[in-house]
Order: sequence, then C-alpha cells, then structure tokens
Amino acid sequence: MKHIKTINTADLKKSAEYGGCGECQASCQTASKVNTVSNQKCEHKK
Amino acid sequence: MIHKFKWGNNNFVVDSNSGAVHMVDDISYDILDYLNGTFFDYTENYIVKKLENKYTEKDVREAYQEIFELYKNEKLFSKDTYENLATEEKLSSPIKAVCLNVAHDCNLRCSYCFASEGKFGCGKRELMPLETAKKAVDFIIEKSGNIKNLEMDFFGGEPLMNWDVVTETVKYARSLEKKHNKNFRFTLTTNGILLNDEKINFINKEIYDVVLSMDGRKNINDKFRITKTKTGSYDLIVPKFQKLINSRGDKSYYVRGTYTNQNPDFSNDVMHMYDLGFKSLSMEPVLCDDKFPYALTEKDLDKILKEHETLCKKLIKLKNEGKKINFFNFNVDINNGPCVVKRLKGCGCGNDYVAITPNGDIYSCHQLVGEEKFKIGNLNEHTFDNKIKKKFLHTTIYHKEKCKNCWVKFYCSGGCAAKNYQHCGDIMKPFDLNCKIQKKKIECAIALWALT
Repeated sequence: MKHIKTINTADLKKSAEYGGCGECQASCQTASKVNTVSNQKCEHKK
Repeated sequence: MIHKFKWGNNNFVVDSNSGAVHMVDDISYDILDYLNGTFFDYTENYIVKKLENKYTEKDVREAYQEIFELYKNEKLFSKDTYENLATEEKLSSPIKAVCLNVAHDCNLRCSYCFASEGKFGCGKRELMPLETAKKAVDFIIEKSGNIKNLEMDFFGGEPLMNWDVVTETVKYARSLEKKHNKNFRFTLTTNGILLNDEKINFINKEIYDVVLSMDGRKNINDKFRITKTKTGSYDLIVPKFQKLINSRGDKSYYVRGTYTNQNPDFSNDVMHMYDLGFKSLSMEPVLCDDKFPYALTEKDLDKILKEHETLCKKLIKLKNEGKKINFFNFNVDINNGPCVVKRLKGCGCGNDYVAITPNGDIYSCHQLVGEEKFKIGNLNEHTFDNKIKKKFLHTTIYHKEKCKNCWVKFYCSGGCAAKNYQHCGDIMKPFDLNCKIQKKKIECAIALWALT
C-alpha cells in the first residue's frame, strides 16, 4: 500500500475465540492502583 | 468506529473494534473526514470532487481504494461484534486477586492520600493480625476455582509497618501452592521509610512486582509526602529505593508518583526520577474532591494534556538514543495485549478482585473500603454476599451508556469504578476529566510505540 501502512498485528476478533481464561494479572495489581486494562499482557496458554 | 490524530508530521488512525492501528498520508487522513463506515457507489466520486482543489484525482482514487480494501478486511470501520460475550456466564470470574490491607496505619502524613493517611474510611488505625491474613490466603485459594495464577497485594497504609505478617503470609501461601496447584504472585506498595537490608532482600526474593511511592523532585515530593513531624521524606527514601532497585536484577518494579495542580510540569518529575536511576516509572493524577486546593479540575486539563505530550516526546527521544526507560502509563501492548473479554469486562473490581481490611471485611475494591454498600462480607464471620459480587458483572463497557460509542473503550475498559463513584456518585458514570486524560495517554502510547 502506498498511502496507508498498518503498523500492528492486533486482532481483537481472534482473541474472542479463546479469551476469558482469567490467568492474566488482575488489572489493579500492577503499578497503577488508581486503570488502563490494555497495558497488560495476555497469559493464556494458547 | 475509528479515531484519528496527528503527532508532529505523522497521521495515526485507530480502528477501535479490531485493534488495528494505521499510519496514513495526508490524503487518506483527509478522505477519512468524509467516511463513516458506509460505502455507496457514489462515495468515491463525491470525495474526489470534495478534494479536487487539494489533491490530484489519481491520488485520491488510489488512497480511497486502499481505505476500501482495509474496510473489506475488517481493519477499518470494523463492527463491534462482542456484545454477545457480555453474558453472566462469560463475565463471571472466580476471585483471583486480593488487595490485602495489612496496615490501616501509615508513618507518613501525605495530605492528598485517598486512604486518609492510612485510616481509610474506617476511622481508626489498626494492623491486620496474622490469623486474618492466613484466612485471606485460604479464601483466595477456595474462591479461585481452576485459575492457577493468584495475586496478593500487600497494601495499606504502609504495609512495612506490619512486616512480620507480610513475611509469614508469604510463607504460608507458598506452603500451599503445590497442594492446590496455585502460583502466588505477591506485589507490595511502600513509601520506603522502613526499608532496610533485611526487607530489601526479602522483597527482591519474594515480591513479583514492587511499587515504590515518590513524587519526583525534592521540592514537589516534600510538599505532600511528609512525616508525622512534618519533614519531607525525599532524603530518607531515595537512597533506599536506589539500593532496592540496584539489587533487584530484572524483576519488575515501578517508582510511582502522584501529580497535582502544584506540578503541572510533571514530566520534569518523571525525568528527575529517571536521573536518579529509576528506569521503570509511573505518574498518576491525584484522586480527590474538587474542594481541595491541590485538586485537578477541568481548568487544568489543557495543561495536563500538553504535559503528557511533552513527556511522551522526551521518552521518544530517550528511547531513540538507546536508553532504557519504561513508563507504565504509556506502556500499551499495541500488537497483542489482553483478550477482548478482559477488555470489555473492565478492572474486575468486585468480580475477580477484592480488598480485605485488617478486621477481615471484604470490599469490592481497595478504594471503596469504608463504603458500606460495597462491602461483600467478612472473613472472620464467614460471610460473602454473592448478590453484591453479581452486581459487578453488569459494569462492562456495554452497560455504561457513555462508553458504548467511545473509540477508547477497548483500551480503558470503562475506566476506574471507584473513581467514577467518588466523582460522579455512580460506578457506572465515567468521570469525564479522567476519560479525557485517558484518551491522551493512549494517543501517547501509540506514538511512543510507533516512533521508537
């Protein structure tokens, strides 16, 4: 593509297929005690 | 739904529902002003006509076709197809994380403290007995079902004031891991005053993530973070934090500051802490009622948003010089990140996360301690009201009217329930000032990720 460059590989739709296992860190247990869920890692055992 | 923004000479476009992020040229950026996700036979010619005085017809048609291609591939104007995941069955989670308030007491008297200098909403200073802490370990093992990774945060007040309970609780939990197939991850938040070699060694061995509280430059830190005798804490804590971090190896830590309207130039505080040798940093807005003289309000917003951009530019420069710096609040995993189920559920308070007080009370969140309506039960009385836990299932982004059509909803997940309650009187009403700051943070996170 000449005009547009997609710069990431995120695919929320695909994550809906396996999501919700609950093994990742709870949101408020990170450095932020006061919340941005998206800065956390997926720990699903794919 | 898309969101576009400029960063210097760069144009970014975020496709909210797929998570795709694009960098586009000026032609595409302008074309997107005329599109809303519905494409008709006449749309292309209409846009060519609209932009004929600015770009050549060939360029506009080329860029339009690229946009249309991404639309067909569900990477632009993609649909939100996740609301069917917001069912009670899918949302209901075992409790996997506990904020353990081992101390409702503190050795500092920070005037902006949301926990009323350690007393929380409970009005008295007390330490958690070991027996209650052990019950909390048993509680999370019992309530966590098949989930293996469990988290326990030693919090307060100042948790180091109840050090023996911290160490004995860790030992007790570790002794049960194998039997129950659990993996405990302990975190701890401290003001650093009581740190010594023994505590540093234990923390660096057993604590998965440690949060060290300080606000930056000495004059800023010592304005709020003062001892009982009203002296500043900066000179006491900096050498201790440096010692802890220098002996921590690769283990995670954050030096976490709070900014108020007294330091709208907080990027200088972040850089000051970086210069002290702290490479992993976090800086959050103060949480308090508007009546306090240091409160952040709508009139501070422009300055705050600009300061986030200033900080981001400093971080981009450092990273492109090969320097190591990790700023939590811009630290978004643009490629992967959590699954969409977690993103729509939100912070998990009252659902997979609870706070436990020294007397065994169980609250839905550490920031709602003392608010009776958010009390779920008590460990010592063996009470737990599942009806209250169930209420928190209905706090997803689809249950919040304001969030449904917001571009940032899968990044912030509806924001902080406690903050909503404290500012708007309702956990379901996102706090507007926070939403605006959050959007700027995500833009900065994307720019930082793309330009380094």
